[in-house]
Amino acid sequence: MTIELRNVSLRVGAETHIYETSLSLQPGQFNILLGTTLSGKTSLMRLMAGLEKPSSGRLWANGAEVTGVAVQKRSVAMVYQAFINYPSFSVYDNIASPLKVAGLPKKEIDAKVREFANLLKLTPMLERLPNELSGGQQQRTALARALVKGADLVLLDEPLANLDYKLREELRDELPKMFADTGATVVYATSEPLEALLLGGYTATLNEGRVVQFGKTSTIYRHPETLEGARVFSDPPVNIAAIEKRGDTAYLSASVSWNVPAKLAAMPDGKYKIGLRPHHLSPNGAGVEVDGEVQIAEISGSESIVRVIVEGNNWVSETHGIHSYEFGQSTSFFFDSSRCLYFDANEMLIETQL
Amino acid sequence: MSRIEFKDVRHAYPSAAGQAPVYALKEISQVWEDGGAYALLGPSGCGKTTLLNIISGLLTPSEGSILFDDREVTQLPTTERHIAQVFQFPVVYDTMSVFDNLAFPLRNRGMPEPRVRERVTEIAAMLDLSDRLNQRAAGLTADGKQKISLGRGLVREDVNAILFDEPLTVIDPHLKWQLRSKLKELHQQIGVTMIYVTHDQVEALTFADQVVVMHDGAVVQVGNPIDLFNKPRHTFVGYFIGSPGMNVLPCKLENGQPVFANNLLSSGYPVDTDISGKLEIGIRPEFVSFCDDGIPVEIEKVEDLGRYQVVTVKHEAEQIKMLVGEDQSIPSISPQIQFDPASLRLYCDDWAVETPDA
Repeated sequence: MTIELRNVSLRVGAETHIYETSLSLQPGQFNILLGTTLSGKTSLMRLMAGLEKPSSGRLWANGAEVTGVAVQKRSVAMVYQAFINYPSFSVYDNIASPLKVAGLPKKEIDAKVREFANLLKLTPMLERLPNELSGGQQQRTALARALVKGADLVLLDEPLANLDYKLREELRDELPKMFADTGATVVYATSEPLEALLLGGYTATLNEGRVVQFGKTSTIYRHPETLEGARVFSDPPVNIAAIEKRGDTAYLSASVSWNVPAKLAAMPDGKYKIGLRPHHLSPNGAGVEVDGEVQIAEISGSESIVRVIVEGNNWVSETHGIHSYEFGQSTSFFFDSSRCLYFDANEMLIETQL
Repeated sequence: MSRIEFKDVRHAYPSAAGQAPVYALKEISQVWEDGGAYALLGPSGCGKTTLLNIISGLLTPSEGSILFDDREVTQLPTTERHIAQVFQFPVVYDTMSVFDNLAFPLRNRGMPEPRVRERVTEIAAMLDLSDRLNQRAAGLTADGKQKISLGRGLVREDVNAILFDEPLTVIDPHLKWQLRSKLKELHQQIGVTMIYVTHDQVEALTFADQVVVMHDGAVVQVGNPIDLFNKPRHTFVGYFIGSPGMNVLPCKLENGQPVFANNLLSSGYPVDTDISGKLEIGIRPEFVSFCDDGIPVEIEKVEDLGRYQVVTVKHEAEQIKMLVGEDQSIPSISPQIQFDPASLRLYCDDWAVETPDA
């Protein structure tokens, strides 16, 4: 289904939840809404589903206007963060429920339930009740119920947020595959940049009720048009610093400087900003050297995320391997200046990497 | 403060009459040193909350004993164990001020008011709550409320240990690291034994000096973050720590050396040739690389994760994940891979073949 939002906004009382937004989602496309809590992901989904009537603007589905058409009359399925299943129904009956409501013949219902139970690895659990399942199985049941309807538009609101990370890893891997064959337009909300990268497809970065940028996920990550876009799509947060550009040199401080790309060198001297991804700031290596004061070293299984203060800026270095530091320890960090994203006074990207 | 010891502790929840008991917690003997920072890490249902409840006294184990500094406490109720506990969701009195919330556990125990004031002021400063002491708790954000819960856990000086049960679950991801660093700092300042239960490897490995990895009701490894990454004792540890987890592949032995896909993998293991059981090699995605003369594979999937690429390859029926640098190109014609021999591990029936400290 093609979903089109034309200048859609949502105001609740005096508050604006969604500022004027235009967005076009293509059939079969996997779309991600990426932003922090309260950035407007859920509101945007509710608008798409027809659960919320826009304060202004129009919605179109497959070329027909659907503004104000109730959710029941549209081919939409939604899955929420909390696992919502009928507690007294077996897994089988949970999955079958939307088909029963639609009045399908028993035989057809049975075939569909078994097909989707198989796809979601629920076949051995069909007779169980939801509270006899693990969290992952409960959410898979909710997903199966959403999928079995064959809805044209499937909205998934942080569906993996309540699961163990290893289960998330598995389901993230499976989800795009599940939808690949259905032809449904999928919209998936997440607050985790890494999840967006793993799911691929297309991403809309959201901040404070606005769509910052929309496009192919890898493009949105590598070429954020604005500093805001880079901020939304970076976890740990992108390292930001003000620099002074004079001629072909960037100064982070009196003692830290490097040569800038030709395009920036040709621009007027003055104040600019840089964005540097955490994995491009390393405790060993070559390039521009800066002094960092360590705040904490966080360790994932195989990586260290070190929070440091560099020239008064709160920066993060993400490196492979396990590194331990003492609080307040002073140490050198390095970055390759060609990895810097440069932004002008309006925080718009100066495209220097192609 | 004290050293906590588990001696042959097992626990089964009541089962139907006539049925054999199912142990939620298999036999565990474990010492929690006084002043240590421990994490209990494992997926939901692994028994970590059962273990925590046995320490706090909310649950009496069906077998074994618990000692605090050589004193048996197995039958002692929670109130007599002097354990502070911080839960997943903030427990605060909304109508009370931040100050009164923090003072609550102290006043409850009849501490004189001047001392209460002193202690609350001290803890509030550690948690950056000093300027909000007179504010009502109701007006705080989720992380503000959880800070109060942490503060109430930390405020008593007479506790044997502080237990944390997934305390950062409700915290916005962007704020989590601040509370994590705060907790670590607090542990260094007050030196009380802390046991932190989580299913999140980052929380466990960042907070703890010793991580206790649990799987299916049993402790499968106790170690520091480096050991858990480099020397997983059990295939589950290899899978659970690290993302993506370790590749576990079937192998056989030839002349005492593991062989996978007809490639001799010199691992330097002093393998006993009499070994029998399910043999597997474990190799982390970090230590698999493309090469010119190795194991032929087909490329199934390339995921661009920004800082690196996760490449899924297949050799016959075996799927292998590998990490490749962000700028590195993926060979398109007859790709071949190799394993770093130094990082290879051999497993027999899921347990590492070696002496634990080898």
